[in-house]
Amino acid sequence: MQRKRILISGNEAIAQGAICAGCNFYAGYPITPQNEIIAYMSKYMDKSGGVFIQAESEIAAINMVYGASAAGARSMTSSSSPGISLKQEGISYIAGSRLPAVIVNIMRGGPGLGNIAPAQSDYFQATRGGGHGDYRLIVFAPGSVQEAYDLTQTGFRLADKYRIPVMILGDGILGQMMEPVKLTAKKNKAGLRKPWALSGCRGRKPNIVKSFFLREGALEEFNISLQKNYQLISKKEARYEGLNLLNAKVILVAYGTMARIAKSAVSQLRDAEKKIGLIRPISLWPFPQEPFKIKNKKLKYLVVEMSYGQMLEDVQLAVSGRNPVEFLGRSGGGVPGEEEIINKIKKIL
Amino acid sequence: MEKIFTKPESLYDVPTHYCPGCGHGIAHRLIAEVVDELGIREKTIGVAPVGCAVVAYDYWNFDCSEAAHGRALAVATGIKRVRPENVVFTYQGDGDLAAIGTNETIHAANRGENLTVIFINNAVYGMTGGQMAPTTLLGQKTSTSLEGRVKEKHGYPLKISEMLAILPGVYYIERVSLDSASEVLKAKRAIRQAFNNQINNLGFSLVEVLSPCPTYFGKTPKEALEWVKLVMQKEFPLGKIK
Repeated sequence: MQRKRILISGNEAIAQGAICAGCNFYAGYPITPQNEIIAYMSKYMDKSGGVFIQAESEIAAINMVYGASAAGARSMTSSSSPGISLKQEGISYIAGSRLPAVIVNIMRGGPGLGNIAPAQSDYFQATRGGGHGDYRLIVFAPGSVQEAYDLTQTGFRLADKYRIPVMILGDGILGQMMEPVKLTAKKNKAGLRKPWALSGCRGRKPNIVKSFFLREGALEEFNISLQKNYQLISKKEARYEGLNLLNAKVILVAYGTMARIAKSAVSQLRDAEKKIGLIRPISLWPFPQEPFKIKNKKLKYLVVEMSYGQMLEDVQLAVSGRNPVEFLGRSGGGVPGEEEIINKIKKIL
Repeated sequence: MEKIFTKPESLYDVPTHYCPGCGHGIAHRLIAEVVDELGIREKTIGVAPVGCAVVAYDYWNFDCSEAAHGRALAVATGIKRVRPENVVFTYQGDGDLAAIGTNETIHAANRGENLTVIFINNAVYGMTGGQMAPTTLLGQKTSTSLEGRVKEKHGYPLKISEMLAILPGVYYIERVSLDSASEVLKAKRAIRQAFNNQINNLGFSLVEVLSPCPTYFGKTPKEALEWVKLVMQKEFPLGKIK
């Protein structure tokens, strides 16, 4: 593919990233603010030789993805908060059956039907598994349209590598805003060999895709193997961006769209010669522990979220009481602005 | 000496966990015989339900997937669309196909997915302890309809096969029974038809199999077969529906 820049929205970048990653199965159900993904997939999946299905529900869509992944496809579904709640049973089954899949959540306001304004209030649901059982997803939070495109491709690669569901967690602003994107990937349809996939048992013993372990001790054995996989992922796949961390007096912690606003607050304050830094977690699970190990007793952290404090708990765990952790958050359509962040910093400095 | 009757290759030679007199063992065997006779064992992918038959893959000697309760036809849709060259079927009970999974059932049928569905109707929830099913007969006693199913409280037995037959995406539906040797043979013919339809790309095919559950009918195996024949078939008449 020629390296060129195209102007597209975050939602379209995720869809294009999926196609470039060799995604050959997509099933989804319309819901705002992620409808550009399903429309884009409908337009381009057939052309790229894949399967597109508009499912009868989010529940059907995630279970179609389960089947397609079981058959060895690179599969994706996308939705927004209420729809992601509906998919949770299926995501738990995908995790329990060790299937790869990419699930996109372009978050909107909740609880309930909430509204269609951007939000970050599904952090707990995304990073704690979300459905029943002891399982995790890899969760990526893109901070730009380019990163939405890139991380979707990384998501497919890691889903296959670790046989784990991967979630791309964005919000309505990221989904809707347009930025130039450099198309970097070569089309990769092959992916990994999947000797466990269902293809008919010609020349081998039958493959079984399942998450049911009835024999005494069998489920515990399986869950221990899941945990080993999670430990490996925690060690290898944590990602973050750090800005001005050395000698900072206050370090902002924010992800996704919120990190962009935090970043402009940081640069304003740096211009005024204040020592302000920023940690932007890119992977929300595994949560990056490394940047929170700074030894500076005078340092304070300020977590900023479009929620009432969800990532806050992971920051508190990572900081482990070594430094104070302050919080600024709004939700339900409220987005903390640059001025609000600067005022809060001035208060705690 | 030539053996003229053997265990099908598609069925493992193991004891099943089913209760004495249960119909699942017969239905499993009929599928295995058909798969062998059509020579498709190495390209068959079965989708097992949640319910008594959840571990059907412990008995069938071909690729299988589980599905969440009610979602077998969504899972099968995903598999078949990715691998149209394979033969994909679901095996579902009445609770799975006609209660929790009604939406997936209707829409897979309406899309005309080229799939084979074996629908086991025993008018009761077996695995969870004999609760009322969507197909429980009026007056039939279950652990959640202790005085018998009452239409005013519980609605009517759901005739999902007849409902599906009106959809243009559906190619073939037949209701069969396991109550006697002759009906078992007819059931096998219908199952073979439903697999053949898929092989010939003819579209959605479903065989509803009336099956005895002596344990939760509260009957002996023999009485259970008689009940399927004399009582159940009045509500669910046998024959080709579409």
